[in-house]
Order: sequence, then C-alpha cells, then structure tokens
Amino acid sequence: MSGIRMLVGTKKGAFILTSDGNRKQWTVNGPLFAGWELYHLKGSPADPNRLYASQTSSWFGQVVQRSDDGGKTWTPPGTKPEDLMSPDGMPKGESNMFLYDTSAETGKPLTTHQHYDGSQRPWEFKRVWHLEPSLTDPDTVYAGAEDAALFKSTDGGKTWKELAGLRSAKGQLWQPGAGGMCLHTIVLDKVHPDRIFVAISAAGTFRSDDGGKTWKPTNKGLVSKYELPDPDAEVGHCVHCITMHPSRPNVLYMQKHWDVMRSDDAGESWREISGNLPSDFGFPIAVHAHEPNTVYVVPIKSDSEHYPPEGKLRVYRSRTGGDEWEALTKGLPQQDCYVNILRDAMAVDQLDPCGIYFGTTGGQVYASSNAGDSWTAIVRDLPPVLSIEVQTLP
Amino acid sequence: MIRVVLPAHLRTLARVNGEVTLEVKGKVTQRAVLDALEARYPMLRGTIRDHVTLKRRAFVRFFGCEQDLSHESPDTPLPDAVAMGIEPFLIVGAMAGG
Repeated sequence: MSGIRMLVGTKKGAFILTSDGNRKQWTVNGPLFAGWELYHLKGSPADPNRLYASQTSSWFGQVVQRSDDGGKTWTPPGTKPEDLMSPDGMPKGESNMFLYDTSAETGKPLTTHQHYDGSQRPWEFKRVWHLEPSLTDPDTVYAGAEDAALFKSTDGGKTWKELAGLRSAKGQLWQPGAGGMCLHTIVLDKVHPDRIFVAISAAGTFRSDDGGKTWKPTNKGLVSKYELPDPDAEVGHCVHCITMHPSRPNVLYMQKHWDVMRSDDAGESWREISGNLPSDFGFPIAVHAHEPNTVYVVPIKSDSEHYPPEGKLRVYRSRTGGDEWEALTKGLPQQDCYVNILRDAMAVDQLDPCGIYFGTTGGQVYASSNAGDSWTAIVRDLPPVLSIEVQTLP
Repeated sequence: MIRVVLPAHLRTLARVNGEVTLEVKGKVTQRAVLDALEARYPMLRGTIRDHVTLKRRAFVRFFGCEQDLSHESPDTPLPDAVAMGIEPFLIVGAMAGG
C-alpha cells in the first residue's frame, strides 16, 4: 500500500508525519534540529529518500541538511564521516555558503537593490526560504534566498552557485516587503525542462526559459494600486505564492498580497479570479493533484490582520479554475480561530482522492483525504508551522 | 591543547558532547582557534563567523577567563590561561530573544 510522508518545517524544528495510504492514523516524529527555524524541507521527485532541509537561526545563520534515507539520518552535505576522511582532504564546509555572484563573466549582476527608504543597498544573504529539488536529478537542487536570489547546487547541496541573471531583471528596483526581500517560490516545469518560474516578495514573478541563465519579469496584469501607482510597473508586486499543475504548465495560479490571480500563458499576462472569496488576501495556493482546474486558497482578513475573516478557518476551493469558490469548513474551527497559514504551508498528495494538508501558525496540521470535503487535525500543538511538503510513497 | 566550549546548537551540529579540544600551532588568538575549530568541524563554517569576511556573527559572543573577548581583534593573543588550556574559550549565543 502506498504511504504519505509529510515534511513539516516549524519555528522550532522539523517534524516528519507519516501514514499509510488510508491517511487515518499518523505518526509524528520530531523535533529534528530542535530549536532551529526550519523554513522548508522537500524531497527529490527523482529519489524520494533524498530530502533537503533549510535550517536557520538568527544566532548561527544558515545550515543546509540532507538526508539520503528518507529522513532517518541527516548531515550537512559534505560532512559525513567518509567525507571527513576523504583522500582529497577535509571538506571546505561550503554547503551553507551562499555567495552573490559579483563577477563580470556571468552577466555583471547588479550589486544593489532598493531599500525601504529609497536608497540602494547591497545584497546581503540572510537565509534560504525554499529548496526545490530537480524533477530528474537528486543531486540538483535550487535554493530561494533572502535577499532575493536563486542558487543552484549540482552536487547534492555541497556547493552552491547563484543564477545571477535573475537579479539583472530590474533588480535595482526590487525592495523588501514586510517579511523581507525573499525568493520564496520556485516552480519547475517537466514539459519545458529549461523553464523556471520564481516569485519574490516584493518584486513579483519571473520566468527563465534557458535553465536560469536569463530572466524576465512576468507581472503584466497584476494590480497593486496603493503600493505601485504605475499600472504598468514591471516589478514591485508582492506575490505571495504561485503554483501550477504539471500537466498544464502554461496555467499558473497566484495568491498575491491582495488578489488571487491566474495566467493562461505562462505568466505573460494575469487576470484576477478572486470572485466570491470573502477576502482575497492570503498566502498559500495549491492545485489538486488530478484536477488542474481545482484550486485551494485560505483567505486571511487583511494585510494588517493576519487571521481568518470572522475567526472562521475556511479553505476555499474552486473547481472552475477560479472566480467561483466554495467554503470548506467541515472539521475546521468556525469560531475564535486567529491563526495564519503561511505561503509554503499547504500541499497536496498524489493519491485518489487527492489529499490536501496545511499547517498553521498555531501549530496545527490539518489534513483532508477527500479533496477538502472534510478535515481533521493530525497534530495540534507544534511550534508555528512555516512549511509543509508531502511525499506520496509507493 | 586549547579547550573550546560550544553552544548547545553547535554541539549538536558538530556532533560533539562537552568541550572540544584543539591543537593550535603558533600564537593562540581568536582567529587561530576558530581556524582550527572549523578545520576539524567543517559543518561549523559560517555559523560562528561569516564565510568570507570572517567577522563574528552578530549574536555570537566570545568569552575567556570571565572576560568578554567579543570585541577584541581576532589577532590579539587570548589570555594565557586559555592558551595553556587551564580555562576554556567560550563561544556563546547572545542571551536575548527566543
């Protein structure tokens, strides 16, 4: 029977939740890396036992962890005992070294971005928000960083190189949002292997069609009238999350700061699909594993009140690719609920019926094994949940 | 041998219990001790001081012989008692925040 492995990143460590394919009984393992912030963990689609984790701390900075056995054991890449006894000498300890490319050879990337006060500031690495393993190679993985940049490793996370062309896409105009200037979403396209989408707060979405060498902003149709009076502004939009169904790679869904949006042309243009949502502010957005037109969001009251409208935790589902939304409430608290659901904290499995999962800043992890019709809390008292990824195991 | 005490999170990362002992050749300075520490435990690189600038991370402090050495030059000799292994060199996470 197939099984589910859920990788949960929290403010105080990581947890691995497992179940068989019935998704009724769950085992909670953790905390791993106790006391550290685990921004994101994700498994390789090419090798489900290969997991990557972004472990960060205000005190001790960034650490990248890797597991080659499905999360049973972890090491920073390059520091296993056999690496330490390598005939090549001691490893250099570079698995957490994210250096912005300032070389002239690779596109003369910009070295400053806009700060809150309008001045230009140099890029300064803070942490990795998101790790996206290659669809085909377990040793290739992308990292989305704050300050916003995209890094790539082709040696299982031992070393990283910036794909600096991204910052050439009007990077001097990017500026941090309230959560920092972070590259938080990376979407790979199995139909177009050289295509990569990323999303940055508060810069917008960007697309590369050449494996990350060159990039262009893909924000036409986004409206941020108070923050960006220029209706044609190419960058500066606060995109919270984008997603795609792998069978339909030209269709993207977006949860923006305000507005839920859709593109039918690989980001060339966007249109609003907020429809009848009670609020179109929110963070995560997910698409059903088997129905490319079925989309999920969790409305949040506003940018100044980060909790569900009316204290009712409701996932909204559209079966029409947007515009028409239904509230999914069965099993979710419908009074006095004031948690938030962060951008990387919702995911789906590949079973039928599709399972959908999300974690809250109150430490609950909710699961639905029937595409959202009903929900149960797998665990209620974890630290604030930063991210959730789900692996469907054979 | 130089004795080094790591904060709990870094002991976990380096997979060590208790104090670390290091052989440091030449003058015993912060820089020499940290170089030896990172050479022996490469997973600690970047967690105590910046990879490139080698500056101490903002919320990490250094102590020895009940003195705060955090603002000393990295090339200043450490107290004799630390250099002789009588007292440990303490690497501490700043005690603020959660």
